[in-house]
Amino acid sequence: MNNLYNGQIPLNMLPVGKKAVVTSLTSDGVNRRRMLDLGIIDGTEIEPLYKNPSGNPVAYLIRGAVIALRSDASERILVSIL
Amino acid sequence: MGLTGRSTGAGLLNCRGIHTQNESEQLIVALAGNPNVGKSTLFNGLTGLNQHTGNWPGKTVTGARGICRHKDKSYVMVDIPGTYSLMANSAEEEVARDFICFGRPDVTVIVADATCLERNLNLALQTTEVTGRVVLCVNLMDEAKKKKISIDLELLSRRLGIPAVGTSARSKKGLDALMEAIAALAEEPPADKRLRITYGDEIEAAVSLLKPAVADALPEHIDSRWVSLRLLEGDVKLLASLSSHLSRDLTVDPGISQKLEEAGALLNHTDIGRDNLRDMMVTRIVKTCESVAREVVTVKKEGYAERDHRIDRFLT
Repeated sequence: MNNLYNGQIPLNMLPVGKKAVVTSLTSDGVNRRRMLDLGIIDGTEIEPLYKNPSGNPVAYLIRGAVIALRSDASERILVSIL
Repeated sequence: MGLTGRSTGAGLLNCRGIHTQNESEQLIVALAGNPNVGKSTLFNGLTGLNQHTGNWPGKTVTGARGICRHKDKSYVMVDIPGTYSLMANSAEEEVARDFICFGRPDVTVIVADATCLERNLNLALQTTEVTGRVVLCVNLMDEAKKKKISIDLELLSRRLGIPAVGTSARSKKGLDALMEAIAALAEEPPADKRLRITYGDEIEAAVSLLKPAVADALPEHIDSRWVSLRLLEGDVKLLASLSSHLSRDLTVDPGISQKLEEAGALLNHTDIGRDNLRDMMVTRIVKTCESVAREVVTVKKEGYAERDHRIDRFLT
């Protein structure tokens, strides 16, 4: 896997079953706010649980809740693998 | 689409549907909460056959209202649309936010999901910034029990400084206790003990600078600290709703705009820009939820991770 930004990868590239922590959000405005409202902030632990067969969306375990994110949202969340 | 400022937001509150009822000695109770927490089941359990759904004028989103009798008092329960946050991102969320913030309910009940309390605390903490008349209803206690999740409600209540009641709306458990807590709060609001989130020295200094001018301009029922924070972060939509609620625009108030400029300069000085400011505020709230949840929630076995793979939210 390519480590694009200093060991950080976009969340959509995190394989199912691997845990990671959020290192930064690259979205802004309303999209950024939505992520923040879901509790996705620096340091939040995220784990992809399963994928839609087409690969999109992916269900993630975030703070005890299962949330489905499409790749256009998850590619704007940078994480580092635990 | 017909969703105009008048037909949504605070505009619809001004159509008096709710306020007229308020004058007839009925107490207004808002039921708020994240989607899928059993809010409507709770609403039906509390209102029974007295329920009637009311379409608010000009709205595609509906809010049901029903009467709940408790100890020879009647309460108008308003089931407001599910929302994750008071930082409204959609029309439904705007309705929910405006009702909580400007609808002047006598009590606001935040219905939370006991199986993922931490996430639900976000809305609870945002709401206690707006009003002290909040009861936290931790619903789905039966589900939580199945998942071996236990919640120390007494500690939760103490930490948040508001009453916290556990319910299982599906089997009607805890509804009496919830109504007791609502009644107690409506009749005699206790001393304000709610947990106040602080946002760090820089932001607090800016708030202190701005708050007196804001308090002067606001009616007593609106929390001046909360409005000061929204002015600082420049929440345009909220400020528009506030303006239409007050019938005047706070940002053009000379006293406020001057202080707002000074506060902005103070923050710029410390390199805190607006986007940054919002991030810092949200982060503080999320971290507080995290630490409160850690104190009050106990999970035996891998309850959280092993939960059934039901999707709580599909982000579109």
